[in-house]
Amino acid sequence: MTTRSMGEPVKRVEDPRLVTGKGRYVDDIGDARTLHAAFVRSPHARALIRDIDPFEAYEVEGVVGVFTWDDLEGALAEPLPVLIPHPDLTHARTGYPLAKDRVNHVGEPVAMVVATDRYVAEDAAGLVRVDYDVLEPVVGIEKSAAATLLVHDDVPGNVAAVSTQSYGDAAAAVAAAPHRLTFEWDIERSACMPMEGKGVHAKWDSDEERLTLWTSTQTSTGVRGAVSAKLGLELTQVDVITPDVGGGFGVKIVHPWPEELMVPWAAIRLNRPVKWTEDRREHFVSSAHERAQLLTVGVGFDDDGKVLGLEVDILHDHGAYIPYGLIVPINSSTQLLGPYHPGAYRVTFTSLYTNTVIVTPYRGAGRPQGVYAMERTMDRIAQYLGKDRMAVREANFIQPDEFPVDFGLMFQDGRPLRYDSGNYPEMAEKLKSLIDWDDFEQTRASAAAEGRKLGIGVGFYVEGTGPGPYEGGHVQVLTSGKVKVSTGLTSQGQGHQTAFAQVVADELGVPFEDVVVTTGDTRRFGYSVGTFASRGAVMSGNAVALAARKVRERALAVASDALEVDVEDLELVDGKVRVKGDPSSEIPLGTVAVLSNPLRYAFDEASKAATQFAGTTDFSKPPVEPGGKPGLDDSDYYSPAYSTFAAGAHAAIVETDPETAEIKILKYAVVHDCGKIINPRIVEGQIHGGVAQGVAGALYEIMAYDEAGQLTNASFMDFLMPYASEVPHGIEIDHLETPSTLNPLGVKGAGEAGVIPTSAVIASAIEDAERMPIVRMPISPSELFDLRRRPREVEPLVNTMPGGAVATWIDPRSVADATSQNPTTTDVPANSRAKKESE
Amino acid sequence: MSEQTAEVRLRVNGIPYLREIPVRRTLCDVLRMDLELTGTHVGCEHGVCGACTILLDGEPVRSCLLLGVTVDGHDITTVEGLTEDDGRLSPVQQAFVDCHGLQCGFCTPGFLTTISSFIEENPEPTEEEAREAVSGNLCRCTGYQNIVASVLRAAEIARERSSETTEEVSTR
Amino acid sequence: MKPPKFTYHAPRTVEEALQLLAEHSTDAKILAGGQSLLPVMAMRLAAPAHLIDINRLEELSGVEVDEDGVTVQALARHAHVEAHEGVRRRVPILAEALRWVAHPAIRNRGTTVGSLTHADPSAEMPAMLALLGGSVVARSTEGERVLPAEEFFVGPMESALRYDELALAARFPAPPTRSGACFDEIARRHGDYAMCGTGTMVTLNDAGRVESLTMSFVSVGDVPEVYDLSPLVAGAAADEVDLTAVGERAAEMIDPPADLHATADFRRHLATVLARRTTRTALGRARRAASGAQELRDEEQV
Repeated sequence: MTTRSMGEPVKRVEDPRLVTGKGRYVDDIGDARTLHAAFVRSPHARALIRDIDPFEAYEVEGVVGVFTWDDLEGALAEPLPVLIPHPDLTHARTGYPLAKDRVNHVGEPVAMVVATDRYVAEDAAGLVRVDYDVLEPVVGIEKSAAATLLVHDDVPGNVAAVSTQSYGDAAAAVAAAPHRLTFEWDIERSACMPMEGKGVHAKWDSDEERLTLWTSTQTSTGVRGAVSAKLGLELTQVDVITPDVGGGFGVKIVHPWPEELMVPWAAIRLNRPVKWTEDRREHFVSSAHERAQLLTVGVGFDDDGKVLGLEVDILHDHGAYIPYGLIVPINSSTQLLGPYHPGAYRVTFTSLYTNTVIVTPYRGAGRPQGVYAMERTMDRIAQYLGKDRMAVREANFIQPDEFPVDFGLMFQDGRPLRYDSGNYPEMAEKLKSLIDWDDFEQTRASAAAEGRKLGIGVGFYVEGTGPGPYEGGHVQVLTSGKVKVSTGLTSQGQGHQTAFAQVVADELGVPFEDVVVTTGDTRRFGYSVGTFASRGAVMSGNAVALAARKVRERALAVASDALEVDVEDLELVDGKVRVKGDPSSEIPLGTVAVLSNPLRYAFDEASKAATQFAGTTDFSKPPVEPGGKPGLDDSDYYSPAYSTFAAGAHAAIVETDPETAEIKILKYAVVHDCGKIINPRIVEGQIHGGVAQGVAGALYEIMAYDEAGQLTNASFMDFLMPYASEVPHGIEIDHLETPSTLNPLGVKGAGEAGVIPTSAVIASAIEDAERMPIVRMPISPSELFDLRRRPREVEPLVNTMPGGAVATWIDPRSVADATSQNPTTTDVPANSRAKKESE
Repeated sequence: MSEQTAEVRLRVNGIPYLREIPVRRTLCDVLRMDLELTGTHVGCEHGVCGACTILLDGEPVRSCLLLGVTVDGHDITTVEGLTEDDGRLSPVQQAFVDCHGLQCGFCTPGFLTTISSFIEENPEPTEEEAREAVSGNLCRCTGYQNIVASVLRAAEIARERSSETTEEVSTR
Repeated sequence: MKPPKFTYHAPRTVEEALQLLAEHSTDAKILAGGQSLLPVMAMRLAAPAHLIDINRLEELSGVEVDEDGVTVQALARHAHVEAHEGVRRRVPILAEALRWVAHPAIRNRGTTVGSLTHADPSAEMPAMLALLGGSVVARSTEGERVLPAEEFFVGPMESALRYDELALAARFPAPPTRSGACFDEIARRHGDYAMCGTGTMVTLNDAGRVESLTMSFVSVGDVPEVYDLSPLVAGAAADEVDLTAVGERAAEMIDPPADLHATADFRRHLATVLARRTTRTALGRARRAASGAQELRDEEQV
């Protein structure tokens, strides 16, 4: 009996190699012949380039070339592509592989140096003289929206796009509602910040005229398409291999990075392999950031807290260019809905340019901002009505019997927003139990007796995962009995090689240890989209399952011929085909593989059995049937009509220090529904990692731009990624499985879950502890200290927890006013977005 | 200025090397470029992330903050040197496999060396001590929960193996 | 982020090192621990033409403890100083403060004397030298001189060392008998530079009343200063000291800066809190030290 693999916490096959130092990341590739690139990057946020003089750089021993935009021709000299066009993206602007005549953010690449090693290349890069006319930059959402200064001369108002998603008449619904509230929410920038930056290694074979590219990417086929188009090569002349990748979290889905074009271009031009490895400084100023938004909410609701109308206006900071299109704010505007179905809905976002690093998806990709707006609004409604925050949410949940739910909105995959399955009330019950919601007042009281201040917060989200268009899988049984699987999407630590092997092992009935999986190599599988939007398990998991099913069917057909038995009487167990109930009849799958390929020439013992005189032939049939093919391998594709919707709920108990305003998370709970689970250990690992990034975004990480557009905290000393000491000391996790109705395995995505509601949850908890509105995230102890000292013209917020003091109604206007944070000191950092006093 | 070089002798994972290297080359680059030991990774080049951590004469240090020439004549252990001679994974390596202590694996070598040294000094750490011991290395994938578990598991495996050896010795 | 070129020197004796410093002075930097210097060179914010690597000067790696205090030589690593039994016994606050310096891997390589010469106002060691009334021994080819803490720190990242001088050792005097000291800091993350750190020293007289209360801060000014709060609490019994008043006074005395992680007001507030906390602990330790000293005297009399 084959041990079932799917659903088991199987140890990862990737690990023995990685823990012994045998990982192969892009910087590990190369030899003595490899040349190294370094880039001259703009030190100014906005400037015209008057002249570039490489003379001194060329004097450095070991320098092979110094290149600028003037050296580029054809498609390469044109702007970088807009990867995801959209009808509302009316003013899309992208940069060039090397700046043409102006720069729009600090870090934009201006020239490339190629030399014998990186040290020399950096020496030379420092000697390239660039003559800039420095211009005043546009930094921050307010300055961009005010538009007295333009980032791009031909983009009025700095607006790349204005886009609305709506159903019903939200304005009327809000106006007619028994209760109305309005607030502003404010999220700051952060970034993916994988431990390994970007990197490219290119090798040109001038005899074969083939380009081989290793790049630390989330999409090998995407890069292949872009590189071949820009360098004037056929798709079939380019191989893109994704090596081991040290984390992506979204930043590596963007392609082609300027360096991904310039490095292979140099390799072809110089006819030498060329490599570029991004250093940490470069990553801060020339990769991508995300999260910054200002959201204004107007909500109308009834006495139960049911949302009758919701209007949200979002100002989204998109950075200097928009190569990835509108995906992030589209996610904000659709996933804002969460597990609810408001009576009427309108979200409008304005995508604004600023002279800062580009904004492209970072784990969550716009969902955290949307969820923040909705979940904090739920908290406010509860405040207003004096109701338990959970009860208000429960009054708004989509019920289990309502699925599938069609919202009449367009999702980020260009298809209708349609929830397939879920059970939000059960999620809420599990979460309440996990965090001891109903007993929290007792916990709070005992802590208060010791002089400690505790608060509890909660946040729900729904996440569309597994968007298309497709992924494919190829499964091949070798004559040895080993099974080779390949799929086109890439891996950055999600354990794909383990999880997909589990799927195929179960589908084929072979031991897990016999299945080897390759990902992200265009030589092995050429049709793919990439790894993003928590789609790996959904897309490739199903694709390899479908391919494995075809192979299984074929194996049984071949075996049925060989054993002269009906297919229905056969089973595939432990890598052997046998007649049901008769173990002695078995043929190893490897032998079936031999038999599946009729041969004229035997090249070893095993293949003798498949040659034409071996005696197992039905003479009425040709060796390869029409429409069939030799060999025991097949491909299949999974392409869904809709994304599948995972969901989750988090809760946290925080403690704020009455003296120092330090914020500590005492308990963190996650209830998580990602449908059927392939490997629970991998899923939990994803949750742990997501929560850590969520906590980072709630309490530690910002991108501190000054008014000159300089990123003042571009190092790990001042960009505060958490250590083990800063994350919750343990996370309580419970699972719920509402299988996806859209794919054979019933799986939903799990990759981003941990990070989506965290800022909402922690803000909610701090608010509960402090009895004071928290509007902007992240929040630091210094900022909490400042908030505590603000004059309290308003009543403190009410405690509506079960078992708490009787709630009193408070004037809605006082709640709305309390959300404006007026600075009382002059030493607020320049990146602060405090509202003006006049409002 | 031309590139000044110097001869260095290093003993890495028990093997002696003699190389002529540029004086400004950091130790992590020497390991990776000159000795082709690419297991040690470069994450930040300013000493914060810890991915480059190796053992210098048995003590964890940031190899990105050391010049190769400075450690001429010293003993270095990298992640490659943690694996036992017969290919068996060391207790720390095995613990990471057992506990899902890694995802992308990029930060992992720095944790492995750090923890190897830690459990030698602290064979029975509490969870708090384990967490503190790894709170100087950055990981972006795991969220640290399983890394802390790996420290405790590593200590456990180390104790198990040392009692096995004791048993072997006493049964001889 | 690769360092720029430099001429590398690896002197084998202190004399050789001093000769090199005399020759190259303003164009040279000493490489000891390198934990502060190398990041700055990697970011190409500093490009010294000459690097004088003193790591081969084994004779400078010692930590000497005597009745009057601790002498830490140039190459003694933070980790070695912190773990040193004699340091923990004679000048416990030094060991306590060292535990806050970055992370173990940094402490295994960084040197205490190096941290002093780096003179970073956000570092713990300058504040300790000041609080303990310590000094730095500087030598050049011209001779040797001893720079007390109040002369040693000239400005942020600037010490009084001349370009041709090598800091050979730092002296941390032991606190007087019947003293207790405490160091504490508040940082954003474990191991980070402090938003605010406080070192407090309390000395009691033989009647068990406060004789002196001094304090020094981290991340609060350009150079570490010693604030004398003795007038505020002199004569008070150890368990009657008004900690609130101590905290408020400390806040009045300092003029902290603002940065990305903390406003000036918040720093001042943290200083208040830490002043109270460290004073409380230091008083407790002083009392234990005083009763220990009393026992010793009683024994001697017998």
